[in-house]
Amino acid sequence: MKIPRLLQAVLVLAGVYYGFIIVFDILLDAVIPSSLLAMYMFFVVAGVFMVFTYDEDQTRELVAPIKALVEDPSKRIWRNIVFAVVPLVAGAGAYMQMQPSFEAPLELRTIHPAPPTTAKIFGKRVNLLKLENPYRKFEKEDPEKFRELVEEGAIVYIQNCQYCHGDKLDGKGPYAAGLNPTPLNFQDVGTIAQLQESYLFWRIATGGPGLPKEAAPWISSMPVWQDFLKEDEIWKVILYLYDYTGHHPRSWESE
Amino acid sequence: MNGPRSRKTGRTVKTGLLLVTFGFVVALVAFALSGFDQLGAIAAEQEVAADAAAASPYGPAPKLTAADYPSIAGINSRVAVWIFAQLHLWFAAFVLAVPIFVFIIEAIGMRTRDKRYDDMAYEFIKVSITAYSLTAVLGGALLFSLILFYPHLFTYLSTIFKESMIYYALLFFAESAALYIYYYGWHWLQGGFKKWVHLTLGLVLNAVGTTLMLLANSWLTFMMSPAGVDAAGVFSGDAWAAIHNFLWNPINIHRFVANIAYGGSIVGAYAAFKFLTATTKQERAHYDWMGYNANFIAICALLPLPFAGYYLAAEIYAYSQQMGITLMGGIFAWLFIIQAVLIGTLFLSANYYLWCGMGRSDGAKRYTKYIKYIAIVLVGAFLVWFTPHTLVLTNEELKALGGPYHKYLGPLGIMPAKNTAVNVMIIFTALSFMFYRRANKIATVSWVNAGNAIQVALYTAGIANILFLGIYHGYFTNTVYKVAASIPQVLTTLIVIVGSITLDSFIYRGGKQVGPLHWGRIPGRAQYALFLLAVSFTWLMGLMGYIRSGIRQHWHVVDIMRDASPDAFTPTLGYAANVVSVAAIIFMAMVIFVFWIAQVSGNKTLPAGYWKE
Repeated sequence: MKIPRLLQAVLVLAGVYYGFIIVFDILLDAVIPSSLLAMYMFFVVAGVFMVFTYDEDQTRELVAPIKALVEDPSKRIWRNIVFAVVPLVAGAGAYMQMQPSFEAPLELRTIHPAPPTTAKIFGKRVNLLKLENPYRKFEKEDPEKFRELVEEGAIVYIQNCQYCHGDKLDGKGPYAAGLNPTPLNFQDVGTIAQLQESYLFWRIATGGPGLPKEAAPWISSMPVWQDFLKEDEIWKVILYLYDYTGHHPRSWESE
Repeated sequence: MNGPRSRKTGRTVKTGLLLVTFGFVVALVAFALSGFDQLGAIAAEQEVAADAAAASPYGPAPKLTAADYPSIAGINSRVAVWIFAQLHLWFAAFVLAVPIFVFIIEAIGMRTRDKRYDDMAYEFIKVSITAYSLTAVLGGALLFSLILFYPHLFTYLSTIFKESMIYYALLFFAESAALYIYYYGWHWLQGGFKKWVHLTLGLVLNAVGTTLMLLANSWLTFMMSPAGVDAAGVFSGDAWAAIHNFLWNPINIHRFVANIAYGGSIVGAYAAFKFLTATTKQERAHYDWMGYNANFIAICALLPLPFAGYYLAAEIYAYSQQMGITLMGGIFAWLFIIQAVLIGTLFLSANYYLWCGMGRSDGAKRYTKYIKYIAIVLVGAFLVWFTPHTLVLTNEELKALGGPYHKYLGPLGIMPAKNTAVNVMIIFTALSFMFYRRANKIATVSWVNAGNAIQVALYTAGIANILFLGIYHGYFTNTVYKVAASIPQVLTTLIVIVGSITLDSFIYRGGKQVGPLHWGRIPGRAQYALFLLAVSFTWLMGLMGYIRSGIRQHWHVVDIMRDASPDAFTPTLGYAANVVSVAAIIFMAMVIFVFWIAQVSGNKTLPAGYWKE
């Protein structure tokens, strides 16, 4: 038996929708955000519409049941039922969407706040466009010394940073659950792998209060580490962050 | 219309436009390859500028206060300048683009001696004539509003760019002269030597128009990446250094390619408008053919456009991590999601139009069975293309995920995934186009199966290489290779497209036609895909133009001249989107006026008994 095209279209849409939920929510155990699912489905509907309507004959077949429902005198009862039920469903949907809830409002938070061109760090005004990690050169020039510096950075990290950012640098430290937004996961390819070392230096040294005024209010519980660490300790901890995660800082020179 | 000659001319027009597109992309890749080494050269240039500025007679950039910005009749100065600039830019993009492809179509008409191309080129340029006047009027409005509302900024910029501003004014006269002679002389300069003179006029028109754009681009890119001045804004006196600033060429390339795609989409909308209002079968056939060609022009320029955009964004990032992060990772990131959605819409609309157009051929049934697979890949790639890096999560979802990072969707939010997705979308759009070309043909060469197998191998190897480059270099190497991997990705896409279309032309050389092409046999909804293309382009240009300007944040000229006006703050995304949307509606209304006026010029009334006999 041939499935009517309208039903085919509905089945495809339902299959894709529940496919996303089954794959992400159940099989991968990582829920698909409802906002993203809505965006995905909007364009899946567009794609299905395109495939089902590019041809005149197939389009006629697709809309035939709808046309019949509206025009065919023998379908009067069904017509009346559909015309009564559809507005009710739409109304109920609108009511559910609009009713007040106790849920905190959604927040759009950007992962990387934009840095200023210059910043006052350790009493000096530094140009973040030109600032470089003074120890990075040892990676090639003196690998043994570089390893030592990384290890010193590791000690600084374990003594100061792992409480929030985690001993695996995955943002899951012992205090992480108490913070919103949660601490940054350095293992994620979308975090430090995208940034220059000068950015990390600025972000660590000036912390939450150092975030730019232009895009206030920022929410960040990052301390102002220049009050607690020395300049060289911050550069070493940056070496450690990249070394442990296997990421490379953003740069513009090939080697 | 559908004889062997028509087939030949059709092939020629496609080959011509494809070669032009190929040329753009090769130029783009060459620029991109050289561009990453520009930073050192620019830094050296800046040092020279700083030395020269020390002995310069020019003063530093003024330090302004809110009192330096006139308040006139309660007008919001930022919104006024914003809307005039945007409207001017839309019209300017259109009137600069149309002569480019009119020139190519006229040349194709001359080469093939097929008058239909000459008529179509004339009709395209006719549409742009009224738009040209509106461009000039809106340019004047922009200039006056800048002088009125931002006098100190204008004075500072004109100190640096005074020569180029004078040349700009002179070139504008030259362009007007070239355009009017080109348009009004169309029917006069026909045949033999006269036609060559006319074509040369078209070339002059394009050369002048492009130079005008390059000059205007230098002023706005100077505001983003100032050069030829020292840290206080003291001008060294070297006007070329100020013009040839770091972001000048990336913007030049991006605008040049985008203008052609935009011009194609607007004339496509014109053809769709005429198709829907046509009263005869002949008219429908003519405007269907015109719409097809306009869509083809738009697609040809659309294919390299994401690469030009990526090159521009990479150069902005290379120039300043602050601007780069503000652009794509910071406050404007969500406008980039809208951008991704609109670009995806462009690809879907263009493909849908091609699929609907297959109905013109009786032989299309052999290929339409593949459309659903193309659609699955296109939509799948599109979903990756617009997956945001920063997800909007409810508190429950946040808890369930244990943080704002999604293990599986997060990696789709960064550029390697986007580049891979867009390359796949481009390749499959080219595949749609290839199926469209094949729909009405039957190959007669003996090696057709081998040829098809090579094409399948070419597509498979190309897609595998794009995926490898995107995944391996995008996620497992450092950023230098990550950014650089986009170039072999682009080259792979180009090789697949050019290789498969070239091979296809050999497979179908001397082939048979299934039957005559039924121009005009296309559903009305396909015309709405052409409208969607034009509207999406317009909105996209407005939003992205705002971002380009907005990443300067509270600076008139980045790091040199601070914006001290009450509007120096960055508006919310919703407010900005509303301003752009209102401007887009005004523009669309003006475009409808342009279409109408182009139609009115052809209407004739014979007033019986009005005139003396």
